[in-house]
Formats: sequence, C-alpha cells, structure tokens
Amino acid sequence: MATTTTEIPVTLNKDEILRYSRHLIMPEVGMEGQQKLKAARVLCIGTGGLGSPLALYLAAAGVGTLGLVDFDVVDYTNLQRQIIHSTADVGRKKLDSAADKLTAINPYLNLRTFDARLSSENALELFREFDIIADGTDNFPTRYLVNDACVLTGKPNVYGSIFRFEGQASVFATEAGPCYRCLYPEPPPPGLVPSCAEGGVLGILPGLVGVMQATEVIKLILGVGDPLIGRLLLIDALGMKFRELKLRKNLECPVCGTHPTVTKLIDYNQFCGMRGEEKSVSSGVPEIQVEELKRRLDAQEDVFVLDVREPHEYQICNLGGHLIPLNDLPKRVHELDSSREIVVHCKMGGRSAKAVEFLRQAGFTKVRNLAGGINAWSDRVDPRVPKY
Amino acid sequence: MSKIHIPTPLRQFVGKQAAVEVTGATVAEAMKALLTEHPELRRHLYTEDGKLRAFVNVYVNDEDIRYLQKEETAVKDGDNISIVPSIAGGMA
Repeated sequence: MATTTTEIPVTLNKDEILRYSRHLIMPEVGMEGQQKLKAARVLCIGTGGLGSPLALYLAAAGVGTLGLVDFDVVDYTNLQRQIIHSTADVGRKKLDSAADKLTAINPYLNLRTFDARLSSENALELFREFDIIADGTDNFPTRYLVNDACVLTGKPNVYGSIFRFEGQASVFATEAGPCYRCLYPEPPPPGLVPSCAEGGVLGILPGLVGVMQATEVIKLILGVGDPLIGRLLLIDALGMKFRELKLRKNLECPVCGTHPTVTKLIDYNQFCGMRGEEKSVSSGVPEIQVEELKRRLDAQEDVFVLDVREPHEYQICNLGGHLIPLNDLPKRVHELDSSREIVVHCKMGGRSAKAVEFLRQAGFTKVRNLAGGINAWSDRVDPRVPKY
Repeated sequence: MSKIHIPTPLRQFVGKQAAVEVTGATVAEAMKALLTEHPELRRHLYTEDGKLRAFVNVYVNDEDIRYLQKEETAVKDGDNISIVPSIAGGMA
C-alpha cells in the first residue's frame, strides 16, 4: 500500500487559482475551502455507474487525493451509464480507463488506484488512509463491508444506491449519525431483490445519484450546508419526486450501537447468504448445454422450450420458446404439459434454475435448465442472437 | 384513506402502481388491506412467522415506525406510508 499524504501546508499555485476561480470567488468555498479540498483524501469504491460521475466531479472540483478501488474490466453494457469509460476503453481495466479521464481533467490530482476487490482483509487498512469513503458498489456484501469498515475506522460513508429509476442517498457512519445497519440490520435473502444486471437501471439515474454523493462529499470536506446525515433521500426519476425520511441512530445497532456485537470485519458473503459469486447460475438443478439443445432441436426431437424472462426481454431476442415470466409461473403452470420434455431458459441461467426447481416441486420430472441461458446460446451456438 | 408508497422492485406485485390507497387506523391494518388486495406481496414483506422482514422498513410520513409504535402506529386520513426496502445497485 502506498504511503499516506503527509501534512504539508496546502497552497495553490497560479494555475490552480485560475482553475478554481469559480470556487474561490464564492464565500462558501473561498481560498480556505479550496485548500481543504486539496488536502482531502476521498476513496471511491467502484468506478461504475455511481463512481463515474462521483470521481469526475471530485477530480474537477479539486479534491487533492482520490482513491479508486475496482477490479473490473469495461464492457459494452457499461457504456450506457458509466460515463467515465468510453467505447475505446472496452476490454481495458476500469481503473486504467478512469485514471486517464481523471488526470486529463485535473493534472493536479493525486490519484491512487487499488486494483482489488474490496474485502474484509484489505478494507480497514485502505480506509485508514482516507478521510471520506464514497460507496458506489452494487451488491449487499460490499455495502455491509463498507459500512462496517467505515464505523470501525470512524470514516463517514457517503452512500448512494439505485434500482431501475429509483435511488437512495444518505451519509452514514458519522460520529453522531446513524449507519447503514441502523437502517437495515440485515440484508435481504439472495434472490428476493433483483440486482441491476437482472432489474436494469435507467442510465441517467446513477448520474443523478452519483452527483448527489459528490455534493455530499464536498460539503463534508468544506464543513458547509446541511449534509444528509440522519436523512435518507429517496429519488424517483420517473415521477421526478424527491422524498426524505428521518433516520435515527439505533442504540441497539450491532456495529455502532452502545453494545456492538460486530467489532471486526466478518465474512460478508456468508452474512448475505451467498457463497462466491453468481451462485444462482448453477444451483444444482438438472442442466442441458446449449449445444445439446441445438442438436436436439435440429433433429426435431420433442423438446418444449420455456422462456421465463420478461416480455420486454423476449422482444430483444428469443429462441422461439413459450414465454411465461418467472413470477407468473405459479399461476400459469397449467399451460405446461408435464409429460413432455421441457428445457427452461432465461438470460444467464439464474431465473430458469429457480423455475426448474419450482416445476420439479410441482411434479414435473422431465425438466432441465439451459446452462448459461440465451447468452450462452449467443456465445456458442448462434452469434446472430444479440446479447444484452 | 391513506396512501402506501410501493418501491420499484415490488411494483410488479401491485399491478405496477407506484402507490396504493388503503383504509386502516394503524399500520398493521393498512398493510393487511394492502396484502388482501395484493397477496403476492406478502412473502416479500413478511417472514413465514408473520414478522416484517429486517430489510424492509416502513415509514409513516417521514418517521420510521420502529421508533413510533411499530405496526400499531396510528395512521390518519391523508398520511403517507412508505415501504422502503434496501437496494444495492450502483456499480455493475
């Protein structure tokens, strides 16, 4: 791990004074505020949908030290919302792509990149080197990890989260304010709440929420305004409605309460009820590979293909299967003939595995899951089928 | 009548509505009215032994019912009840 920035008195050179002139002429920022920004060290977890606008604005605003943690590679489906990456960056490490843009915007930025997945092993050491943590992650284990590590190291957690066209923002884990666990002591069981990859997200929404996070970071550094401490902002982009709920510090909170039971970082995958990633894609139900399905369909064998995705996904691409969205399956199960051989598919194999499990419990014996879903079909059987 | 705001992930279980009007003098009564009309919501909000799930918070106006009288919190005409589950999205 790199060395921490030393406490040298921060001054701005002539070029910087010109660059930050629109800040310097406002009394709420001024020279003193701009120096505070330059002295500040902010760690962004993730350079995706939320991390993109967050890092871009913080770099532009003159935050002196910006840390980025990511392990991912840019792909085409990111470009609809992860505006720090461009088409030419597809296939590159997100950290490299982000570093290019950020240093192009502001060459005075001290950028520190951490090519790793944030974990219980590295989080505390990393967080100690920063003043503020901005959480732009996309999954519950990392959310709880970030929160707990913020509480344990005493760093504010500037939080944003999105789903489809709805967002949440708050500032957690300040000394007096509540933490994420005060709000949600436990995560939902896996599978009950869809992820962005399953549920989709309106491209501008992380822009809106990420900029709110950036705003809160800047306010915390400057010590101005009324930060989102003890308040949960709910953003509904479709209705363009903003609502605010009061959050209270829970004295019985397992991490920040008066008698904490979580005093060190735990295994967050286990806490969130999942082992490893994408476990649902292969969950022990009988499977069929795409090549075998193709061969049997070509041989005109009697195979009934059931597609359990949503109608709007069927419009993107399909294998000509019978469409019953997973959630409708219980009430439409009578449409299926249990004497026939059934192959169930979705996009990647997760939802269809649940459908297979459900159908087997309902007495269907000749039912199998298409491993890897229609995406695997596109990769290995027919590249004309678009991936999404 | 009070209004229960439905979060995006759960709208598919209430005919895609953003809010549902219900009658009930307490949160418990209002939720019961909601679930009678939309029974599929139940497993998403309550555990099998009938407790509100730990990742679902319920607010009356801007107050968390955990800090009021929980599900016995009184609801007046025109109150806004919000169901606020945790969402995790952001990066991917």
